[in-house]
Amino acid sequence: MKRGDLKSEITNLRFCLSPSVRRPSARACVVAAWLAVVVALAACEREKRETVEAAPGARTEAISLSDLRPGGGSQPGETKNPDEGRAYDISQGKQFFSYYNCAGCHFNGGGGIGPPLMDDKWIYGSDPANIYETIVEGRPNGMPSFRGKITDAQVWQLVGYVRSMSGQLPKDVSPTRSDHMNARKSEQTTEKEQPKKTTLPETK
Amino acid sequence: MTTRSAINVRLGRAGRRVLGVALAAVCVASTTGFDANQKVLAPAGPHAGGVSRLWWIFFPVLAVVYVVTLIFCAVAVARGRARQGRDAGANSIPPPEAKPDEARERRVRSAVVVATALTTIILFVLLVSSFLTGRELTMTRSDAGALTIEVTGHQWWWEVRYDDAVSANVFTTANEIHVPVGQPVILRLSSTDVIHSFWVPNLAGKKDLIPGKSSSVWLRADREGVYRGQCAEFCGMQHAHMAFVVVADPPDKFWAWVAAQRQPAVNPQTDSQKRGQAVFLSATCVMCHAIQGTQANASVGPNLTHVASRAWIAAETIPNTRGHLSGWVANAQGVKPGVLMPPNSLSSEDLQSLLDYLQSLK
Repeated sequence: MKRGDLKSEITNLRFCLSPSVRRPSARACVVAAWLAVVVALAACEREKRETVEAAPGARTEAISLSDLRPGGGSQPGETKNPDEGRAYDISQGKQFFSYYNCAGCHFNGGGGIGPPLMDDKWIYGSDPANIYETIVEGRPNGMPSFRGKITDAQVWQLVGYVRSMSGQLPKDVSPTRSDHMNARKSEQTTEKEQPKKTTLPETK
Repeated sequence: MTTRSAINVRLGRAGRRVLGVALAAVCVASTTGFDANQKVLAPAGPHAGGVSRLWWIFFPVLAVVYVVTLIFCAVAVARGRARQGRDAGANSIPPPEAKPDEARERRVRSAVVVATALTTIILFVLLVSSFLTGRELTMTRSDAGALTIEVTGHQWWWEVRYDDAVSANVFTTANEIHVPVGQPVILRLSSTDVIHSFWVPNLAGKKDLIPGKSSSVWLRADREGVYRGQCAEFCGMQHAHMAFVVVADPPDKFWAWVAAQRQPAVNPQTDSQKRGQAVFLSATCVMCHAIQGTQANASVGPNLTHVASRAWIAAETIPNTRGHLSGWVANAQGVKPGVLMPPNSLSSEDLQSLLDYLQSLK
């Protein structure tokens, strides 16, 4: 290769690296940056906080106590808790658990006047819909009905928290600490219990 | 045409000077605050007075130091450029190795010594004045004859509890701290959820409210007035709407207020008020609020026993008028998104009765 050729090669290379030729790649950088922003924002949606909520008394849950229905048709599908993937809502549920004095009967999950919530025994079912029903409608032998007293969104937050007490929720959304001294492990480190159906305890 | 030259053309030299002065005035105003009732430099008590005195020592000293430093910088740059110009004029022939100029060396050395000494002296003056102020603030603090008030931070409002040896005399209010003029007051601070910070600039410096810990701030109002305070530690969505007022009244007026606050809520008189009370006790209100003398006894939200005696609601966010109160009850999320107060779908008769009842709670 002649010396002159090498020189022109280098000039060409310089030309390639000059700003006018590099412009498309800069645009690609901008596109990539926007993509990164979009991806990051999409991830934010997981912890989206709804501040507009329905007034107390509105229901979003449609469980029915009977399999029989006029005109046939099947039972509506299982109701999912909209809050089960969001750590903020579960920690709000934990706060309401003490605000609304759930702890007055259930204590911190170990039970006392009311049944324990951190074990594997479920008298009325462990599905979110069952717990929703328990809170909104109440149950025999002492569980009061909170219908019309607290908002639907708060009920779902409580449902999420109650399930986290026996380790039913993913570790990344369960609360890690308490504001008060607590004899039990945090909800996050609680081993998942396998829910079992049980009956009402015998009253003596 | 650039913006700057556009300004030059349209305003001229005098106009630009006026603009500069106006901008400086805006800067000064924004640091001191427009509101006379929330101002560090308008102290109404010894605690804030000490702090603002310290400011008036620091500010002029540091301003002079800053200006002098900049002047010396500018002179150095100008001289350096002039020398560069001379060197370029001399056809870039390197100057001959100059002998160190004895006189100049001496001048520089003494300038450095004087500057170092001055800096040390100034820093010592500032250090000692700061120390003396801190000492004064702790030494003048006396618990004798002090009034104790418990202030608890919530997202996003302030619970204010007036303690008393007789339990019937204890009462709780919200967002309005009344104090007697001239009497020392100890505020015991705590928080139920996250870290807040108590700051009423006219009376005292900031103090954090930390969950699970108790701290206290001491203050005394020497002048009558209503002083606005604000949460000074970011505490969530509505941190900016977490304000309160300290109302400093003469002692007789203050004790009259205390006597009125100690009373349980008035009983509903009219049919509408009676219906309003029934709505309050059967709807969702009762889950979080307390009204002394009724079954409502929760402590999650502000105590409403004498809610109509307060000038503002929602932590000084909206004035306590019938219209604002109605909007707040119907949909608080529209006023303070994220607040724990839920929306309420009451029938219009129920809502009007409830408002009649709440407005009767003087």
